[in-house]
Amino acid sequence: MSMTSPLKGGLEINFQEAERGLSPREALEESNRCLYCYDAPCIQACPTGIDIPGFIKKIASGNFKGSAKTIMTANPVGASCARVCPTEELCEGACVLNHSTKPIMIGNLQRYSTDWAIQNKQALFKAGKKNGKKVAIVGSGPAGLSAARELALLGYSVTIFEAEKNPGGLNTYGIVSFRLPQSISYWEVEQVKSLDVDIKTNTRVGVDISANQLTADHDAVILAIGMSDVPKLGIEGENLAEVYDAIDFVKATKTGTITDKFIGKKMAVIGAGNTAIDAATCSIRLGAEQVSIIYRRTQKEMTAYDFEYEFAKQEGVGFHWLTAPSRILSDESGQVTGIECVKMVLSEAGEDGRRRPVQISGSEFVIPVDGVIRAIGQSRYVGLIEQFGIQHDDGVVTLEGDSYRTSNEKIFACGDVIFGKGQGEAMVVSAAQQGKKTAYEIDSILMGGAVDIA
Amino acid sequence: MADLSIDLAGIKSPNPFWLASAPPTNSGYQVQRAFEAGWGGAVWKTLGDPILNVSSRFAAVSFNGQRVAGFNNIELITDRPLEVNLKEIYETKKRFPDHAIIASVMVEPQQEKWHEIIKRIEDVGVDGYELNFGCPHGMAERGMGAASGQVPELVEKQTYWAKEAASKPVIVKLTPNITDITVTAEAAVRGGADAISMINTINSLAGVDIHSWNTIPHVGGKGAHGGYCGPAVKPIALNMVAECARNKMINVPISGIGGISNWQDTVEFLLMGSTGVQICTAAMHHGFRIVEDLIDGLSNYLDEKGISSVMDIVGKSVPRYSDWGNLDLNYKVVARINNDVCINCNKCHIACEDTSHQCIDMLKDTSGSSFLRVREEDCVGCNLCSIVCPADGAIDMIELTNELPPMTWNERQSFLGGISSESVDFVK
Repeated sequence: MSMTSPLKGGLEINFQEAERGLSPREALEESNRCLYCYDAPCIQACPTGIDIPGFIKKIASGNFKGSAKTIMTANPVGASCARVCPTEELCEGACVLNHSTKPIMIGNLQRYSTDWAIQNKQALFKAGKKNGKKVAIVGSGPAGLSAARELALLGYSVTIFEAEKNPGGLNTYGIVSFRLPQSISYWEVEQVKSLDVDIKTNTRVGVDISANQLTADHDAVILAIGMSDVPKLGIEGENLAEVYDAIDFVKATKTGTITDKFIGKKMAVIGAGNTAIDAATCSIRLGAEQVSIIYRRTQKEMTAYDFEYEFAKQEGVGFHWLTAPSRILSDESGQVTGIECVKMVLSEAGEDGRRRPVQISGSEFVIPVDGVIRAIGQSRYVGLIEQFGIQHDDGVVTLEGDSYRTSNEKIFACGDVIFGKGQGEAMVVSAAQQGKKTAYEIDSILMGGAVDIA
Repeated sequence: MADLSIDLAGIKSPNPFWLASAPPTNSGYQVQRAFEAGWGGAVWKTLGDPILNVSSRFAAVSFNGQRVAGFNNIELITDRPLEVNLKEIYETKKRFPDHAIIASVMVEPQQEKWHEIIKRIEDVGVDGYELNFGCPHGMAERGMGAASGQVPELVEKQTYWAKEAASKPVIVKLTPNITDITVTAEAAVRGGADAISMINTINSLAGVDIHSWNTIPHVGGKGAHGGYCGPAVKPIALNMVAECARNKMINVPISGIGGISNWQDTVEFLLMGSTGVQICTAAMHHGFRIVEDLIDGLSNYLDEKGISSVMDIVGKSVPRYSDWGNLDLNYKVVARINNDVCINCNKCHIACEDTSHQCIDMLKDTSGSSFLRVREEDCVGCNLCSIVCPADGAIDMIELTNELPPMTWNERQSFLGGISSESVDFVK
């Protein structure tokens, strides 16, 4: 990972995609290394069930359009997933070559094909013949886009309502640019828009249009609103100006100009999930001199993927395990000067099966910092969910049995809004698959279409 | 260290590795570089009346990203004056007296032409001649090379004419562009050939550019067939060598040529009856330096086998090559999958299921893990599964003991009714 010196004007370069794509020769050699397994375990390990040996064989044969279409058919956000999927836990982890040589670089090959489609301005799909039914989708993130794409192919008139200025949700605003450039997310959005899907941006449901109106105007509504801001820490000093929400912090690096105000600063990030890693690596790339991740459990319990952890270490992020923040300190002008922490010890497992951290009294110490970033998970859009009048459990929408239908039979939900409480998974690729399945479920209800198409 | 020197019909060489008559042996500069690198001999690029060449001469076939699986050329014989070549042969031989230099020769099928060129070459000290009856392109259109090499009478006659003038051994290089190479090999022997070499290149068109629709290669938008060589032709060449080696009428040494890329290929050709080998494409792909491993690998192989001279392995597999009618119908092998080595790619299953004999089952054990198993009673021992298997050692072909005595088709037919006329010989 090479970075330029953190000087003004050089920072933008730090936010360009860090990993280069495969060269044509690399892609050819790697694709030919694929065994083209029959009933391949990589397909089974992909939540969207991409025909991986199929798309790789098409790279080897030079049929790049066919390869990109194979990927995007199964996964409407397949270009993003090529970059952000935890492949070693999914397809690449299942590759049979793990047992003999080394697994195929499936993610990089997927990126190669989708990059080809992007660079060659390929339109891969055509909208289905209109069936007269209307579906509203709230949120244009991976789940919403995926549902919209499948419904459009099936002939539905689809309108997506997006509160943000631009569509794409998490892929547009929530994943650091050096892993997922916005242009990739926008290409996926364009693929969906080209199917006559209307995306109304800057339109906040519940404010600009009521939930009831939306439900009344459409044959079905899909709630794909994801999650909200990072909750407060509940400690003294967290309302200071230099205490940030990690989601907002990352978002700021993807909108407008890159700020130079973190050059030479010391930052603390609270939490050790993937968002915490993103906030920490963003800080480094914004020129911060020292970045510390503070986590009350140990490396073993952290929820960040291993490759994210490795990446953060390579970027120079420091880790304080078994450490909890107790107070954010500031000087008389309100400028953050440090974070007071307390050492923890793990006791017996709590309700969620994870060992509970307990404070060691008298172990307080101060880490001098100029800013603090909160990354302890995300809160829920409880208000909006309640406006739709559907059942939920602490903001996690409750589903009916083995379906994506909510307590209101016209309203469906998928993506992060159903994640938690034993439901779903918080991966982009899982959201994409849920979006597809939600579309098929709606089709089976409204048109008697076959469920489980993919 | 084993003795690698060979004696092919009286031509002595410090090792069995010769450069074949081709672009690598076009000049004294090149051949001397080759000898410095360690090559035992070189067959000088074919001498004859100087010709004109075209530009854009070579093409290669890639397979699954692997370059030069096969190689195609439309270059003709030497384009340099005979006296220049002779001078360089003389100088090279003087510098490397212990290395073999063989002059490849091609002229029109007339007695005086053969006498004339052989006499001119005699004086410069070559160790032997190789009559080029194989070049399939260009020269063949003028009645030389493969055109005369496809007519047994012309092979016999021209060999005879060359032998009339030559004091050194004459090798006849045969074309594979013929139904049965033993027919022309026998003709060469009747003409007095001291040895035969094979194969020359196979008629080929390397490819068509699917975007421009031009041939590959093309000369200003037009193409013509070339000669194919390289790794892709090795099995064809090996069979032709073996067919000649086991033919009682062809009782002269063989110089093996065709897709030999490494010492293992060399050992195969030697076992099948070649006294030495000629190599071109591998050198064109990687340079003369490949000879280092050719020599080293062969030497280590012989040492490991406890064989003191490379000449001791020549022809050792020939008695094991026969006609289909002499194969034992009661011999039986079946596939057995070693599940501890198997990586579960299921390629054997789908190959067997779709294209062979439907006897590999995809099963699940009590813990739900997938495994593959061969129904041995239905396995015909075709080898396909072990061929497609990418995990070394995952599939063994196991010899089954059979209570029945060996029985060939020919034996069976003569046993049934005792009709001697039913004896089958599939090759002739």
